[in-house]
Amino acid sequence: MRQRMPSAIETAAGIAAVILVCSIFGMPGLLHAVRAEDAPGAASRPAVPRQGITFQSKATQALQADDGANPAMLWVEQGEKLWSVPMGADAKSCAGCHGDATVSMKGVAAGYPKVDPATGALLNIEARINKCLVEHQHAPPLAYESQDLLSLTAYLSVQSRGLPRDVQIDGPAAAYFNSGRTFFTTRQGQLNLSCAQCHDDSVGAKLRGDTISQGQTGGWPGYRLEWQTLGSLHRRLRACSLGVRAEILDFGSPDYVALELYLAWRAKDLPLESPGVRR
Amino acid sequence: MRIPVVCAGSIAVCCVLASQLSAGRAGEGQPGIVAPSEIVVVGDTIPVSLTGLPGDAVRGRAIVLDRAVGNCLICHQVPVPAETFQGNIGPDLRGVGGRLGEAQIRLRVVDQSRLNPATMMPPFYRVDDLTRVAARFKGLPVLSASAIEDVVAYLVSLKQ
Ligand code: HEC
Ligand code: HEC
Repeated sequence: MRQRMPSAIETAAGIAAVILVCSIFGMPGLLHAVRAEDAPGAASRPAVPRQGITFQSKATQALQADDGANPAMLWVEQGEKLWSVPMGADAKSCAGCHGDATVSMKGVAAGYPKVDPATGALLNIEARINKCLVEHQHAPPLAYESQDLLSLTAYLSVQSRGLPRDVQIDGPAAAYFNSGRTFFTTRQGQLNLSCAQCHDDSVGAKLRGDTISQGQTGGWPGYRLEWQTLGSLHRRLRACSLGVRAEILDFGSPDYVALELYLAWRAKDLPLESPGVRR
Repeated sequence: MRIPVVCAGSIAVCCVLASQLSAGRAGEGQPGIVAPSEIVVVGDTIPVSLTGLPGDAVRGRAIVLDRAVGNCLICHQVPVPAETFQGNIGPDLRGVGGRLGEAQIRLRVVDQSRLNPATMMPPFYRVDDLTRVAARFKGLPVLSASAIEDVVAYLVSLKQ
């Protein structure tokens, strides 16, 4: 049991405690105005960030740790092949511009999402890949959850494996960061739960057969055993939206990308672990 | 209207669903049904049955266990050992009928946030003040008035 049920009187008497909880949850309420004025750096994040894999069973941990057994490595291998395949009208490959990915792409995924200086849009790594395809290779963009986009995303993520997150949240990124934070802390859906209520407040608790983690994103794209395939971070986010019976946003939707930025900041120095394996 | 698709398998299921959905549609203007907007809270209780009738504990047990309906075991434990992986976000519901009276349990299932604004427990009979609700659930409470009464009857029966 995580929270004791206070009586109505206790609740009224303990208003200070409620204000505190409201501020942690970012619930619309007494402290809303205060939160809105917070500098981005003032938002809360786990004191000790923990990789998602540490909340998984020993068997799942072993599967992720062994590249020979980790099923997600099939997509990484596919991505490595695609890296050198000529694409689009100009028959240019990714390698044609970027050379050896193990050198040129080291640490790159850890810096996404990132604001595109040309358009001001916030791009996640999938959007960045598609921008190259469209603008530099004159190829059609790859669809979200297509095997090719998943493979390239997984391949790029592996080039940052073990490296800490390094996203920018100030300047042109500040507005995206703030909207991601609001998304994370606002209760939503018919079940009226915020991301923070599970992934800040209930970490370690049992939600049926799952142990609730900090909702860190460093394992994504990842192989979910329940899906029997690799999936993008947005596919994982859609599962949480579905769980609280909230609107399930489109893959690549700006709201999820802004949320991604907040989540990346929240990971602080946590090393990336993609391609992850999850229950 | 989704009902014909849902009902393809069984007329009986169809009737139950149809009545739940229409009762669910806020119960507004339904004779004998207290709509979410008409709830009267007294202290930490809702003294009056939402249907005017007693609930059915057997049906209530099924609603509590069903992942697609009450899905209460995602957060709670109940004395049903066959159900593995019961959650522990909320209090253990074993003995809840001994700790709380029927009218107290009704308020907690209807809308726990009336007692604890920061609660994690979803409001099961509320339709307003909700954000980004998926289209197919908009305007509907999670459980119908009669389902709430069935769940209350089951919880009241959990004396130890
Ligand atoms: C009712 C509880 C609940 C809510 C609310 C919720 N989640 Fe989750 N989330 C889970 C569970 C359970 C899992 C699977 C176990 C785990 O890794 O935490 C999960 C997994 C995740 C993961 C994958 C973590 C990993 O390492 O694989 C991310 C990221 C995530 N959630 C983000 C979010 C975001 C963002 C929101 C809000 C839009 C949200 N969650 C809302 C319960 C919840
Ligand atoms: C997402 C989590 C969650 C779900 C789902 C949930 N509850 Fe709860 N429930 C809680 C929490 C947390 C409390 C503790 C009270 C508080 O938060 O103020 C609680 C308290 C209760 C209480 C009061 C228990 C006591 O000893 O005081 C009852 C009764 C109850 N829940 C019944 C239910 C029923 C019935 C369902 C399903 C129809 C359900 N709950 C679904 C989280 C949940």
